[in-house]
Amino acid sequence: MTDLLELNKVSRAFGGLRVNQDISFKLAAGDRVALIGPNGAGKTTLVNVISGGLPPTGGTLCLEGDDITRLGIPDRVRRGLVRTFQVTRLFATLTAAENVALAVMQRKGITRRFFSAATSAPEVREEWEKLLGTLGIAHLARITVSQLAYGQQRLLELAIGLALNPKVLLLDEPAAGVPHDEAPKILEAIERLPADIAVLMIEHDMDLVFRFAKRVLVLANGRLIFEGTPQAVTSDPEVRRAYLGSYADARRPA
Amino acid sequence: MSTLSTVARKSDGAFPFASELTAVASIAALGVLGYLLFPDDLAFLTRLIGITLLVLSLDLVTGYCGIATLGHAALFGVSTYAVGNACLGGLRDPVALLGVGIVAGAIMGIVSGALITRFRGLPQLVISIALGQLVAALANKLSSVTGGSDGLSGITPTPVLGLFHFDMYSRTAFVFSLVVLGIVFVLLLRFVRSPFGLLCQGIRDDDLRAQMIGAVIYPRLIIMYAVSGAVAGVGGALNAMTAGVVGLDSVSFERSAEVLVMLVLGGAGNLWGALFGGIIFQIFEHIVSATNPFHWMTLVGLLLIGIVLFVPRGISHGVAVLWSKVVTRGGQA
Repeated sequence: MTDLLELNKVSRAFGGLRVNQDISFKLAAGDRVALIGPNGAGKTTLVNVISGGLPPTGGTLCLEGDDITRLGIPDRVRRGLVRTFQVTRLFATLTAAENVALAVMQRKGITRRFFSAATSAPEVREEWEKLLGTLGIAHLARITVSQLAYGQQRLLELAIGLALNPKVLLLDEPAAGVPHDEAPKILEAIERLPADIAVLMIEHDMDLVFRFAKRVLVLANGRLIFEGTPQAVTSDPEVRRAYLGSYADARRPA
Repeated sequence: MSTLSTVARKSDGAFPFASELTAVASIAALGVLGYLLFPDDLAFLTRLIGITLLVLSLDLVTGYCGIATLGHAALFGVSTYAVGNACLGGLRDPVALLGVGIVAGAIMGIVSGALITRFRGLPQLVISIALGQLVAALANKLSSVTGGSDGLSGITPTPVLGLFHFDMYSRTAFVFSLVVLGIVFVLLLRFVRSPFGLLCQGIRDDDLRAQMIGAVIYPRLIIMYAVSGAVAGVGGALNAMTAGVVGLDSVSFERSAEVLVMLVLGGAGNLWGALFGGIIFQIFEHIVSATNPFHWMTLVGLLLIGIVLFVPRGISHGVAVLWSKVVTRGGQA
């Protein structure tokens, strides 16, 4: 299998605080990888570095063999490196359809059109209708995002990600904060993601990790301490220590 | 906003040019109404149209892109001076002068946009004020171009299309301005619903998300500023041509602040809001200042406080909420 994304000794420091240190791993087409780790391990920082929100302080990132370390967010998105957010970030005053349509139009380069109606162009409409349908939220197309329930917003976040035709999709805790009865929908949506894209998911919920991932990366104190199958991760002594350590810390009075 | 958008979007698939026709009919009706209400004061209505175009222009950057600015009169003022000079220099055809205003406004829009959209929040607001003050100071000092505090006078355009003379009752000026307003408004209605317009609204809602769908933000905002400048330029050109004089008031801080108030009053992020905000504020101001020259500012202040208390998101939003209530009640009955 070909490598889509390759991290080579990627580091990120905030002043003297080294949040990510020498992180190297590869994602290939079809990969389903979970990134786990205790709170404060540096998972979200890593996603920000990969997606281009934060420049790394060391190391290189390659997408399909091209060095993308110095590229900004929009360039990475155009090359197929797409992320979703832990806390939903949507266009709150626009409708669900418009949110997805914008992503479709941006990908097709037609947001430079100044004079045609936005969401009703057939080549755009077809796509957002299909995406909202796949995620089971087609009936919400005309509803403004700020009026959607949180679980529905998470699904919409996924729909926007997919509308960008990602090659590599980074999911930052896609099920976080979703009410219990809506969580299965998110999981179904994730399981039905196109088979040929690489997906890296940050997740706390171990049930979800076991159902989803074929490979698990464990981040602790900014370092990658484990890479292997979900079955092996629970028995790894270093992983156990990292998690126990963080729980021990949490119990210490502030 | 939510109820407003659902109301507005119901008409989407119904009929291809429904909203455009509504706009043309509404502006024509407003024109007739204005003529009936103020038959002896068409000069006031003409000035009102020029300023209303500036409110629309401001709505494009503030309402649709979320850019805070208190220096928008600069775009208007620069084009009034450009048109004034062009006319005094011999280019006296009204349509050509509109073109001059549009180009001058757009250039000023690009310059201000390039500077103002570099910043966010309070620094952005301060930069916009500084830019406005800079233009105002230049207008005062460069008296060879601007006439300084005396301004430019004797701006007399030739008849519109060679047929309609600018008469002393401002009939031609009023109808000409109204037609131009109608054209600009219809074009803008399409523009804000275009893919580009929608992306600008997306940037307003969350610019990081906009980048995460692959949009490069800065050039988009500058383009929007250029369009906004062109619209302000139309207003400025009309103002210079129909008043015959250009003065420092057209670049003043008060003008910038006033149009922002009109926009908030009508409802930012909605062209109808900008239109009605401009019209209602100026008519109210006109009537009140005529009937009570001593306390009119107090009354304008009270109107604003009332609006902010009862319809904080502007008149257009309040009307849309009312309308959707009427519609649902009608549906249940």
